[in-house]
Amino acid sequence: MSDTSQAETVLTTQDGVPLKVSIARALRRQKIRALLLVAPLFLFILLSFVAPIADMLFRSVENDLVPSTLPKTVVALQVWDQHSGTLPPEEVFAALAADFKVATKEKTHTRVGSRLNYEKPGISSLFRKTGRRVGKFEDGNYTEQFLKADKKWGDVEVWQVIKRFSSPFTAGYFLAATDAERTEDGIQFKPDDERIYLFLFGRTMILSITITASCILLGYPIAFLLSSLPLRSSNMLMILVLLPFWTSLLVRTSAWKVLLQQQGVINDTLVWLGIVGDDSRLALINNQTGTIIAMTHILLPFMILPLFSVMKTISPTYMRAAKSMGASDWYSFWRVYFPQTIPGIGAGSILVFILSIGYYITPELVGGTSGIFISNRIAYHISYSLNWGLAAALGVILLAMVMVLYWMYDRIVGIDNVKLG
Amino acid sequence: MKLRSLLIAATALTMVSSVAMTADMTIVSWGGAYSDSQNNAYHKPYMAENPDVNIINDESSAEAVAKLRAMNEAGNVTWDVVDVVASDAIRLCDEGLAEVIDPDTDLAPAPDGTSAADDFGDLLVSECYIPQIVYSTTFGYRTDKVGDTPPTDICAVFDTETYPGKRALEKRPINNMEWALLCDGVAKDDIYDVLSTPAGVDQALAKLETIKDDVVWWSSGSETPQLLADGEVVMGSTYNGRLFSLIEEAKQPVAMLWDAQVFDLDGWIIPTGLSPERLAAAKKYIKFATDTQRLADQAKYISYGPARKSSAPLVGKHAELGIDMAPHMPTDPKNATNTFLYNYEWWADNRDDLDAKFQAWLAKN
Repeated sequence: MSDTSQAETVLTTQDGVPLKVSIARALRRQKIRALLLVAPLFLFILLSFVAPIADMLFRSVENDLVPSTLPKTVVALQVWDQHSGTLPPEEVFAALAADFKVATKEKTHTRVGSRLNYEKPGISSLFRKTGRRVGKFEDGNYTEQFLKADKKWGDVEVWQVIKRFSSPFTAGYFLAATDAERTEDGIQFKPDDERIYLFLFGRTMILSITITASCILLGYPIAFLLSSLPLRSSNMLMILVLLPFWTSLLVRTSAWKVLLQQQGVINDTLVWLGIVGDDSRLALINNQTGTIIAMTHILLPFMILPLFSVMKTISPTYMRAAKSMGASDWYSFWRVYFPQTIPGIGAGSILVFILSIGYYITPELVGGTSGIFISNRIAYHISYSLNWGLAAALGVILLAMVMVLYWMYDRIVGIDNVKLG
Repeated sequence: MKLRSLLIAATALTMVSSVAMTADMTIVSWGGAYSDSQNNAYHKPYMAENPDVNIINDESSAEAVAKLRAMNEAGNVTWDVVDVVASDAIRLCDEGLAEVIDPDTDLAPAPDGTSAADDFGDLLVSECYIPQIVYSTTFGYRTDKVGDTPPTDICAVFDTETYPGKRALEKRPINNMEWALLCDGVAKDDIYDVLSTPAGVDQALAKLETIKDDVVWWSSGSETPQLLADGEVVMGSTYNGRLFSLIEEAKQPVAMLWDAQVFDLDGWIIPTGLSPERLAAAKKYIKFATDTQRLADQAKYISYGPARKSSAPLVGKHAELGIDMAPHMPTDPKNATNTFLYNYEWWADNRDDLDAKFQAWLAKN
């Protein structure tokens, strides 16, 4: 009740400004100062990290190349009915000839050719070949001249592809990234023998979950041991945990090759011990097993470290108290100790899972064909096939998947329940 | 004291300015024995002749196309000359990332006066490309694991009964599809016609399916030699130069199966977007490094055939091993009884499509 009576008399500072306003002013100054201090880092991240990623993601829908290289053709094609089954009229061929003459000078026609070749094989060489001929074209009768340069211009499908990809934005990359394509009958899944991405997304998920689970299984006892040993010996053990961090990733992965291959150390030992026959050596590498083993090893420290720092803060008196009240070893561990380590498991799992979902070099080296991830295909499209649009679309989907999982995790476990120490 | 530090500063300045006088030239290649051979045959003599040029080696050729595209978009091309395979050169030329080369003015004629265009002949597969060497993708096999009947025929790869054990094949459709069809009874001249149809692709994959469980798929050319040396595989495909060093330098029990080897080219491109001075310097280097003698010199260090006809008679002995190099060349008549030439045009059109099918096939067990 005393609150209401106080609120009626407005508190002022000595110079008569209401206290609230004065405090707000002081706080604002502080906030601006804090923002100014953060600004350099913020700008740095914005320019060197957020902007390039946004640019890369934008490529997944960008299709400016076709309308900017073939502007007249794109306009002329608007009147053509792509379902008619007949070739476009002469005006379209004339427009194409004009566009081609400009494009060959700037050498952009072959770029359009490679772009459209993703949609229909053969367009790449069609554009390259036509580019060599188009300089000798005479005025008039363009349809005939194009057909003479290459008979593929008589294929209605080529024209359908050009028309379909004539707008500056496209959903084509996202369709391709989900194993779909737009045909004349609407959007459809690709034939069975060409589907790969959804399958790989699924495998990436399953393998990442498996790797995270095996990291928990292996890391938990080690973290427990580390946190319960006296400082001197736990420091020694900690060095062993951290040692792999100081070795090159490629060296570690190659070491796994030496160990796991069929003529390798593990198989040799097993054969020598008589556990497996010489003709039935275990296939431990170039498959999923190889990926799981090598990645579990590489990511294990990311599980142990958060677990360790959480366990370190758990006071041993809780366990003693539980036991003194008659709880068995297992019961006191399961009901008293384990629940307190869940924030550590959560933090470790998020780290390991998110790192493994985007891992690429280790699966590439030890995964063979059954142990590769979606990131390997992204890398392939960036470095080798140069289909950056498709790579960007795959990247967007992967990013969205991680966000959804993170959101689910937040709903189920609660993100404030994650502790790194 | 003051005078002394002034003197030191002055000396340092003159040294800096004299260093700045030599122009750096970044040459990108594949690394390993291949870069060494280029270093010995091209870079060292060039720098001896042109003391103002300092050549810096970069080993990024495997990702050259993607990196050049990124550099070009960023507007800061840091490479001067780039070594790429022919299919990449065609793509770079298509994308406008490589300079067009005029063989008459940019390349040296043969010693007998034959023009460079005629000397290289059909090997000038793109107007942006100057080939250096002809290499081949072919098979090597373990001599101690094939019994008394060493394979002489490419189809031994598909014959797991006579030659049990794993095989190493490259993790991409190129070459594998051709070999599969060849061993499935398709005539050599019809292979690309057959492969252009969906049924032909299925046929090739079905043939590969018969050995799928016995294949180790490689993505880097160094893997097969290692797998052969470890005894992980009985036979495997790789570049012939890698097998040469495995057999002749590392003395492993491995022999070459030259049958149905696929010829491919490796050579130079000059990136677009260089300043006029750098472009002129790059062209000067190219003219030197692709003349008849230089191409023949490279064959002293690695068993790849020079791309100029006029270089072939000049190929001599290996610089260190002292063995005759001619019999180890993929182009040697004895080795080249049954050969393919990488079909650039066809694969440029179909590689994305076939690769999708091939990878989908690979991923499913």
